[in-house]
Amino acid sequence: MEFNSNKAIYLQICDSICERILSGSLAPDARIPSVREYGAEIGVNPNTVMRSYEKLTGEGIIYNRRGIGYFISPDAGKIVLEAQKKEFLESEWPLIVKKIDLLGISLEELLK
Amino acid sequence: MIKINDLGFSYGDTPVLKNITMTLEEGRIYGLLGENGVGKTTLLTLLCGLKKPMAGSIVTDGRNPFDREPSLLSEQYYLSDDNAPVHMKAIEYARNYGKFWERFDIQKFIDLMGLFETDPEQMMNKMSAGQLKKTYIGFALACNTRYLFMDEPTNGLDIPSKAQFRKAMALYTREDSVVLISTHQVRDLENVIDPIIILDKRNVLLNASIEEISEKLYFDYGSEIKEGALYSELTPGGCIQVFPNSTGKESKVNIEALFNTAHQHKGLIKGMFNN
Repeated sequence: MEFNSNKAIYLQICDSICERILSGSLAPDARIPSVREYGAEIGVNPNTVMRSYEKLTGEGIIYNRRGIGYFISPDAGKIVLEAQKKEFLESEWPLIVKKIDLLGISLEELLK
Repeated sequence: MIKINDLGFSYGDTPVLKNITMTLEEGRIYGLLGENGVGKTTLLTLLCGLKKPMAGSIVTDGRNPFDREPSLLSEQYYLSDDNAPVHMKAIEYARNYGKFWERFDIQKFIDLMGLFETDPEQMMNKMSAGQLKKTYIGFALACNTRYLFMDEPTNGLDIPSKAQFRKAMALYTREDSVVLISTHQVRDLENVIDPIIILDKRNVLLNASIEEISEKLYFDYGSEIKEGALYSELTPGGCIQVFPNSTGKESKVNIEALFNTAHQHKGLIKGMFNN
């Protein structure tokens, strides 16, 4: 896995799992790899993956079955969608608006 | 747990380590960084009992490593940067020398050799430097020790081997072990080592987890030079700037930039991280 964004690695791992939930490649109740397996796959310290899993668990996106592993929550899709909408409107959209202003693009041009 | 208290060591009149105080905890893969000659290898050899502290103490699980008690020796492994090309097949070496470590696991050694794409039936003195290194890394991890010290383990590894090494560290280190890796190849190990220890000439500049570092420092990867950066460095895509973290936003820790920041602002960094 190539980590390019400026976000902390554990957050990038969260984002990557959320993206796979939205795309449908991780379905509700699907098991995700253990922290070690996942760490090995992407070449990352298992403790970092643990931090990602803890965050996703706290947000209700995944759940832990003791001794068995981590699974995708039934409402994961809904939760991720809501969170990403909020994120888009609060941090990405204002940047886009700023860029549109900067470049002086008119509404007509945008809708073309 | 390893407790290092006010440790000092010199070679003749040349002091290399002085006032080293830190604690190393289980379940972590520490990255030990420092400029050439600050005493990283010396520290590793002191930790595994090859050398005797001249000042201060090292206490590993309540024991002094220099006493070299067999019970502690079988719980630690030191992987030197310089590995002997013995006249033996790798598998024979593992079978013969693995006996010194109580929990040595021959199957794990074979699995690791598989991961490293190195034939365990090969004679070690006929191996390339990289294959030999991987054989010793495989052996070190197969010893299943609670304390594992590695000196520049990715030196001499080719590009695919570095990824294999990261994979091996994620899969095969024990949950209750203390792993300490000294390295200059921070890019090879950027996402593996956590916490980070930075040694300065005779001092510990920093010993902190990535979580703690990203709480206290903000790494900006933009294209705009901003005011108040502790450190900045131009990159092909823009620049990396390091600021005290004032917003609480967690950024990706760039270890090279961290190292340079720590070196340019020794007092500030030491104060910020309280060690």
